[in-house]
Amino acid sequence: MKIVVCIKEVPDSAATLVAEDGQASWGDAPLVINPWDEYAVEAALNQEGDVIALSIGGEDSKIALKHALAMGCKEAIQVSDDALSNMDTQATAKVLSAAIQKIGDVDMAFFGRQAIDGDAGLTPAQTARVLGWSALTLAVSIAVDGDTVKVERSIEEGRETVSAKLPAVFSLVKDYGEPRYPSFMGIRKASRAKIPAWDLAELGIEAPATTVEVVGIENPPKRDVRVEMIDGGSPAEIAEKLAERIMAEKIL
Amino acid sequence: MKIWVYIDHFKADAVSASWEAIGAAKALGGDVAAVVLGFGVENLANSAFEYGADEVLLGQDAALEDFRVENYATALSALASDATPDLLLFPTTSRGRELAGMVAMDLESGVLVDVVAMEMDGDKVLATRPIYAGKLLQKTVCNATPQIVTLRGRAFEKPEAESGRSGTLTQVQVTSGDEKSTVEGYAEAGGGVSLTDASVIVSGGRGTSNNPNLTAPDGMSEDEAEIWRAQQGFALIAELAETLGAAVGASRAAVDANYIPYANQVGQTGKVVSPDLYIANGISGAIQHLAGMRNSKVIVAINKDADAPIFKFARYGVVGDLHEIVPALNEAMKARLG
Repeated sequence: MKIVVCIKEVPDSAATLVAEDGQASWGDAPLVINPWDEYAVEAALNQEGDVIALSIGGEDSKIALKHALAMGCKEAIQVSDDALSNMDTQATAKVLSAAIQKIGDVDMAFFGRQAIDGDAGLTPAQTARVLGWSALTLAVSIAVDGDTVKVERSIEEGRETVSAKLPAVFSLVKDYGEPRYPSFMGIRKASRAKIPAWDLAELGIEAPATTVEVVGIENPPKRDVRVEMIDGGSPAEIAEKLAERIMAEKIL
Repeated sequence: MKIWVYIDHFKADAVSASWEAIGAAKALGGDVAAVVLGFGVENLANSAFEYGADEVLLGQDAALEDFRVENYATALSALASDATPDLLLFPTTSRGRELAGMVAMDLESGVLVDVVAMEMDGDKVLATRPIYAGKLLQKTVCNATPQIVTLRGRAFEKPEAESGRSGTLTQVQVTSGDEKSTVEGYAEAGGGVSLTDASVIVSGGRGTSNNPNLTAPDGMSEDEAEIWRAQQGFALIAELAETLGAAVGASRAAVDANYIPYANQVGQTGKVVSPDLYIANGISGAIQHLAGMRNSKVIVAINKDADAPIFKFARYGVVGDLHEIVPALNEAMKARLG
């Protein structure tokens, strides 16, 4: 059985983002594997079978793929085609599904819960829909038994246990457990790895239509706050003054 | 314009953002129908009328008793392809988000997800959504029909419920399709106010472990003692939260140090929140954390370090020890709130 983990690169979460000419700019902050995807790689590596890391994109997508290889994935595949720019999640799901089908004999496809750039969190469920597989998203734990799987999911109201037949799509949340660090040997192996690039012709599909159009990207309005520092006196006196201010905001 | 609002619920208890979505739909103008799917959910139809729906499409089937997204998507997609609404609105919950995503695939449309503002531009919804955890805003439209939008909770005002208001109730046949998966059970989160719904949040950071007057019980390792001290700090925070009817939040640093579970994390890789009041205690204000709470209406920061970046975002700041200020603030608020 083969296991696929779908990943991408994003600007580091500590990056300062600004809108420049309608585009997101992160200055010289580094691109890294999407932090949520590290949990997906971890979960994929914990299954029985060979793990293949999959990413769509240009040269930068190799940052994520090499990280996944260094963590222990057996292979990495990049889907790269000039026709694939500004894709929405719907198009991404279709391309990933085609690649998963080309890989063949895949029983489990893993994703991070969302990417920290677009914050959509749609691709795992949408890929499952295209493939006709169960979407077992926001997983905290995963237990495979033959061709069935039991997953504990994190939802707003608490935890939900779901069982399903494989194949299935999984997305992971932080409660799954800390992802492993790349090993020294893994990093060496990743740096030497040749990563095959597939274009759309190899996947046997046309570029999927994108229905969601980004009209612009803006900086959020500046918060017009002047901080009022509350000081003077004992903690009780400070607390009294602060309580007065909070009550005066009329939000309680 | 024909607008459908999907009413998200957990065991027939509606998520408040569903009613906010009815209000947002009415503000856009058009005929507003609420779609209620499930089993034993007649009560939600009445509530939907009270919150302003003109029509309710009620689809009930035993196969929909538990929410499995595949079944709900098949049912909703079939209804929408028959009745051709122009716009589908969902609350952005874990269920609403994925349901919208799957319906978009079925109907060859696309989703504008976690939207915080909408306006009409001709017959298109021009939506504003935070990206990079709110460090930037994206303006976006859906160039297909139906347009599909999920709305962030607390971003749109919840309408006043009008008791006794009614409208057209339409029972619809639902086809849920194959069951690919089964819900085996739930473990509901114990008590407390949920972070994403909370109008007040009291949060703690690394500073919770720095009470100089505490001596950890004998026999603890240094790490255990640090966690123990932090838990005493979070106990003070929980007391203030209880007084204020607030949820308890935490910084990533506090979660990574095992002071408190991940479910409480506010920030770019935790929950993004926008309460009316956010009280940050012993949180320095890393960009990761600020991204998750900067849209709170009033931010209060309590920190020992006068140079902490959190003060640049706060309305009120106190340079002091949270272990002294938080209990004092709790007493002061108790006296006022009774």
